[in-house]
Amino acid sequence: MRRVVILGGGTAGTMVANKLRAAYPQEQLHLTVVDQDDHHHYQPGYLFLPFGQLAPRQIVRARHSFIPDGVDLVLCGIESVDAKAKTVQLRTGDQLSYDTLIIATGVQPRPEATEGGDGPEVGKSVHHFYDLAAAESLQEAMRTFRGGRLVIHITEMPIKCPVAPLEFTFLADAFFADKKIRKKVEIVYVTPLDGAFTKPIASRELGDALAKRNIALETDFAIERIDNETKEIVSFDDRHIPFDLLVTVPLNMGPDYIAASGLGDENNFVPCDQGTMQSLADPDIFVLGDGGTLKTSKAGSVAHFAVDIFMENFPDYLAGRQLTHNFDGHANCFIETGHGKGMLLDFNYETQPYTGAFPLPVVGPMTLLKETPANHWAKVAFRWVYWNLLITGRPLPFTADMYLMGKKVEDTASGTSTKDLLLGLFGRRKHGGSAVTAPKASARPTLPSSAAGKPAAKSSARPASRPAARPAAKSAAPAAPVPAYVAQKGVDSTADAASVLPDPILPKF
Amino acid sequence: MPTTRIAERPIDVNDEGFLTNYDQWDEDLGAVLAGYAGIQEMTEEHWAVIRFLRADYPARKETATLRRTATVGGFDMKRLFVLFPGKPAKKMSYIAGLPKPKGCV
Repeated sequence: MRRVVILGGGTAGTMVANKLRAAYPQEQLHLTVVDQDDHHHYQPGYLFLPFGQLAPRQIVRARHSFIPDGVDLVLCGIESVDAKAKTVQLRTGDQLSYDTLIIATGVQPRPEATEGGDGPEVGKSVHHFYDLAAAESLQEAMRTFRGGRLVIHITEMPIKCPVAPLEFTFLADAFFADKKIRKKVEIVYVTPLDGAFTKPIASRELGDALAKRNIALETDFAIERIDNETKEIVSFDDRHIPFDLLVTVPLNMGPDYIAASGLGDENNFVPCDQGTMQSLADPDIFVLGDGGTLKTSKAGSVAHFAVDIFMENFPDYLAGRQLTHNFDGHANCFIETGHGKGMLLDFNYETQPYTGAFPLPVVGPMTLLKETPANHWAKVAFRWVYWNLLITGRPLPFTADMYLMGKKVEDTASGTSTKDLLLGLFGRRKHGGSAVTAPKASARPTLPSSAAGKPAAKSSARPASRPAARPAAKSAAPAAPVPAYVAQKGVDSTADAASVLPDPILPKF
Repeated sequence: MPTTRIAERPIDVNDEGFLTNYDQWDEDLGAVLAGYAGIQEMTEEHWAVIRFLRADYPARKETATLRRTATVGGFDMKRLFVLFPGKPAKKMSYIAGLPKPKGCV
């Protein structure tokens, strides 16, 4: 009998426990789930708590009621993992032996990792909403806020649910509008990224959504400290942003036992294979949920899709064969935009979020990257889906593989949005669309005419949505014109450099 | 992926201009890239950072973030902002011929 120990009984851990139990008899697999307490939190609910839209009792349920019969649930903190001896050391002093270990303990907010993040203003003017207690405390602060500058801030990526701070911003805008004090509230969105979101088209659409709401966007902000005395956040390049109410998203890190076990990187994320979620250090350790290093969102949808791939690979793993199913990084998320509307994002490692439609069986197509009431209701309904279908491993109408059907695939390099559905069906295109249609450069004039290419399209394709509040610190970028390289893709790199090759492409610094 | 001419050599880059081939880089090329990134003179202090990024990359297949450069590489975060002003993470990775560190999604 094979002993599988699952560390963490949250979204991923509960889901995989249910799926493994349903797929394998107890004589074949002995399953143990370890978690430090018996409270399963519906984490997406934290977002709504500050606005009084959900109550704590709707967010927390008993963990054990979602763990199926035939699975041992151990409620205890974890001290460390000894990967060589294949044992888990528990806080009680007990030890668990395993043949296969599944790490599903996710990541947690670390406010104290930022200087001033545990200062005297915490709970007064400095808040976050990445755990239940903090979200409850923020609810009171939002309720009593009478005006001033609200700063929403992300410490560092990656974070759980990367769109949550944007959603909070949209909801805050709507919240204060409903209270008829929006004019008295200045809202600033501060991000370490160079736009509202990481992926170009989503960044553009979301940046527009911020601008439309008169929300200032401050980018490339690497925080040095929260100054509790002057009530401002200060960046390493000495930008100061004062606040009356700060809603910061703290650094997200994996739990300390990961570090104590030597299994993690500097953020206690466990390095894992992008396709199989297998630990790079030990083939008998898998990482499901937020705790690994998948280059996609740390989100419940990713946990769900990754668990599906894990289950497909598990028979091969048991038999000692090569794992053949590969996760594509598929993520989808509903974004609350306030006033009963929402947006939907759908993307993976290679394909950024596009606009268009998302085919959803039974319910019908959902609109991608645009604000609609249907997307909002889908998000509201998801809480029911989460408790009743998702974590108990029942089938959902979403598949692990992402499809381009319905998506308006944009070529971000040329800034056009015409290549849609059909092109997508020919296969997955990386954004910026390489190979497929690009002719050899030798067939092109060295300097494309306006008919042949779209010179300078690169710059116009960038999100042009940076309103107001961008103080001083613009770097002195080299003022070289952007070369018209777009029409010269696919150049043969063995060709004579001096005669054929275009000038370098200069990133925007 | 386009190929461009940098320092009279064919260099493979992505649509944003970041190098895509680890082995096409050497320090001479790095100095040219530094110029494009607005850094006219690369001091030993600059190079120490770039060499850390280069050495850190192959095993992880991912460019070190600022935090990693500071915590694992032992560089002072504030100093990185002085050496590579504006967007240090982006400039450092560009000069080192590595992908832009994933802000992830």
